[in-house]
Amino acid sequence: MSATSPSEQPAHTPPAENLSIQNLSVSLRGRDVFRDVSFDIQPGEFVGLLGPNGAGKTTLMRAALGLIAAKGNSSLAALTAADRAHAVAWMPQAREIAWPIAVERLVALGRLPHLPQGARLTPQDQAKVDQAIDQMGLQPMRHRAASRLSGGEQARVLIARALAQDTPLLMADEPAAGLDPAHQIATMEIFARLAQEGRSAFVSLHDLGLAARHCTRLILMGDHGVLADGPPDTVLTPDLMAQAFGISVWHQQTAQGPVFQPLEVL
Amino acid sequence: MRGGILIALTWLWTMSTVMADPVRVVSMNLCTDQLAMMLAKPGQLVSVSYIARDPDASAMADVAQGYPINHGLAEEIYLLQPDLVVTGTFSAPATTAMLRRLGVPVAVFDPATSLQDVAARLLQMGAALNRRDAAEELVAEFEQQLAAFDQVNAAGANTGDASGRTGTDADAGRPRAALYDANTYTSGPQTLAGQILEAAGFANIASELGYTGPARLPLEQLVMAKPDMLVANTPHDSPARSEENLTHPVLRHLSTPQTTGQIRQADWVCGTPHVLRAIDRLAVERRHFTKRDRAQ
Amino acid sequence: MAMLTTCVVVLFGLSLGVGPAEVNWRDSFAALVDDSYGPLTLVMREIRLPRALLAAVIGAGLGLAGAALQGYLRNPLAEPGLIGVSAAAALGAVVALNTGLAAAMLFGLPLAALAGALVAVFLVLLLAGPQGGSLTLILAGIAISAMASALTSLVLNLSPNPFAASEIVFWMMGSLADRSLVHLAIALPFVGGGAVILLRLGRGLDALTLGEDAAQTMGINLSRLRLLLVLGTASIVGGATAVAGAIGFIGLVVPHILRPFVGGQPSRLLWASALGGAVMLQLADLAVRLILPDRDLKLGVVTALVGAPLFLHLIYKTRRGQV
Repeated sequence: MSATSPSEQPAHTPPAENLSIQNLSVSLRGRDVFRDVSFDIQPGEFVGLLGPNGAGKTTLMRAALGLIAAKGNSSLAALTAADRAHAVAWMPQAREIAWPIAVERLVALGRLPHLPQGARLTPQDQAKVDQAIDQMGLQPMRHRAASRLSGGEQARVLIARALAQDTPLLMADEPAAGLDPAHQIATMEIFARLAQEGRSAFVSLHDLGLAARHCTRLILMGDHGVLADGPPDTVLTPDLMAQAFGISVWHQQTAQGPVFQPLEVL
Repeated sequence: MRGGILIALTWLWTMSTVMADPVRVVSMNLCTDQLAMMLAKPGQLVSVSYIARDPDASAMADVAQGYPINHGLAEEIYLLQPDLVVTGTFSAPATTAMLRRLGVPVAVFDPATSLQDVAARLLQMGAALNRRDAAEELVAEFEQQLAAFDQVNAAGANTGDASGRTGTDADAGRPRAALYDANTYTSGPQTLAGQILEAAGFANIASELGYTGPARLPLEQLVMAKPDMLVANTPHDSPARSEENLTHPVLRHLSTPQTTGQIRQADWVCGTPHVLRAIDRLAVERRHFTKRDRAQ
Repeated sequence: MAMLTTCVVVLFGLSLGVGPAEVNWRDSFAALVDDSYGPLTLVMREIRLPRALLAAVIGAGLGLAGAALQGYLRNPLAEPGLIGVSAAAALGAVVALNTGLAAAMLFGLPLAALAGALVAVFLVLLLAGPQGGSLTLILAGIAISAMASALTSLVLNLSPNPFAASEIVFWMMGSLADRSLVHLAIALPFVGGGAVILLRLGRGLDALTLGEDAAQTMGINLSRLRLLLVLGTASIVGGATAVAGAIGFIGLVVPHILRPFVGGQPSRLLWASALGGAVMLQLADLAVRLILPDRDLKLGVVTALVGAPLFLHLIYKTRRGQV
């Protein structure tokens, strides 16, 4: 596994944090989705974004990327499209694969921002593509048409595509949804390893158990803003879970690591 | 309702009595317009088609100014209360059928496809309008002038048989001309235009290529046939894609002494004595050509 | 690709060799380069050469425009003819002819056609939305086509030229009969310019395979992409329609057939569809000359006979989500 040293990262990447958001507010059709959200994501962090349906997780991520209009500041939204493509890779929730492109070609699209107009993949590019394919266990299907794979397989292809973009920050909207348990865990471990290598991952999740076990930090959204932001232990508390989701939970440190289980609706 | 029936009955009665000598004649077709204007007694012809006033199409546009016009719609024709409608075979057959259903007598004229047809149509119109004497007079005049042309043009073209149709012997020595029309149409010997061309002392390219009636002449074949002269329609002022073939650049390259030849006009359209004017103008062009040809 | 290129060249040769003036092949081609053949040289250079060149150029343009539109809308049913762009371009051309604009300025005719096409592409993108859902796309196309055809008929009916009214068929179905080098000179800058624009969009269209959000975060400027797509498509369709009328289905059939051969990738489909479009239009133009040589059979008739069944098949597959 080739760890990316900071010197290999593009020079224009902000040196301190991979994402910095200040007082970000979004209102859609006159209603505030959230107000005054601020946080930074440092290299080495694997941040899970939690919150009930409609809390604005997707909106927050898209606003942070500069894909929708927002008040306040986001370091990514300030970049040009080309620079942003070197700073962040984004896997949207809608898993769109419009054409029957072979898996390896689709993953190779992740190298697009690194290639001049009309250029072919260099051996280094190809190595990144192969690595992403290996990481997501796509080797057996690399020549199959991606649009004809199952939903879970497509999700893994799209994650591989984002990995191949090889950016300091990886953002993904519900990457684990629809995956079987083995691939859910494997995916979370890949994000965690990216963080260990000095990059960051910022991922929205519905599976609180996965969040408890793999993330280094959680941001909990609700009530038009951030309810809590910190290490999993400080966010996954019974009080906050009751406030945000209206559920009771069971959360313990075990010999196999933290185990988190939602119990019942309050 | 009862009034309507009454009117219809009255009409039927009037018609049966006046059929022999119609007093309210309406024409719905450019060619019957002209025949009727030539032959009708004053006041007998009450309306002509609107096209009769179009100088691009009508040889008698001036005369037509003196008549009320119609647009060939059954309703307006019926309300003119004609005791005879004259029209062409192919113009608005639905209108013709409708008028007949309403009890209006309609006389239908076939389009002229030869110079002989001119006399025939004059006589037919004379019969329809009960003006047989006037018609026979016009026919005699027409045939006399046509014979005069034949003599002059036959002599000018160094050939004994001016009315010879397609025979190469008869055509020997005559300048070869192509009739060329919108949408790349040409006219063979069995058309009015083809006979005008021959009467003016030309050989028709269409005959060489085996066309008899109106036919599509691909631009390629026209160029390959190398006509001495191109007799084309004058394109209309407002452009249409259908007439672009008349201005195709290849026609400028055709090595004819003068390819303008865009002299076809209203005189060519209908089988009336006006075709004599067309023959005359074309014969002038032919004499110009022969003179230049000999000078070279 | 090599095969397609060979096809284009071979068909170009065939196209030069076929015509109502039946001349043997050796003389035909000799006359093309040698002045001493008299009228045959004229026929070859002034009649057959423009026709063969126009078939290749316009076919390539329409194939390319179809592939680009499909790539942008991520919908295999998108095609300039079907979504009303060609009909609107024809309207522009007819208006230019009848207002005298075409006669007044050198590029008046194609510019007016381009303007018509521009309005239509813009309307379609507006109505169908960026995602280009099949239903809205086709409905928008029907509405725009109907409107443009009606207005074209109106303009032609109002024309004082008696032949104008009968040429709605040409504008709706397209023909290359008796086109000259002048027409080539009018069309080429527009089709060529549009092609240069569209061929450079491959990267953006590839990225769009993954949706707009993903494409944007891969460094694609979507509003610029959309602008270039609209301009390029309108330029090609405008130039082509101004001289050849609206020829449908090429932009539908060609990308569909070639997509499997390029692994579905929109960027590679652009070049392939340009070549394929040239092949298809050349074939269609040969067909109209060989099947009914003495009738002025319209190109759109042939392309629709091939394209419409495929269109139905695609609709069926789209409904079942199998595209």
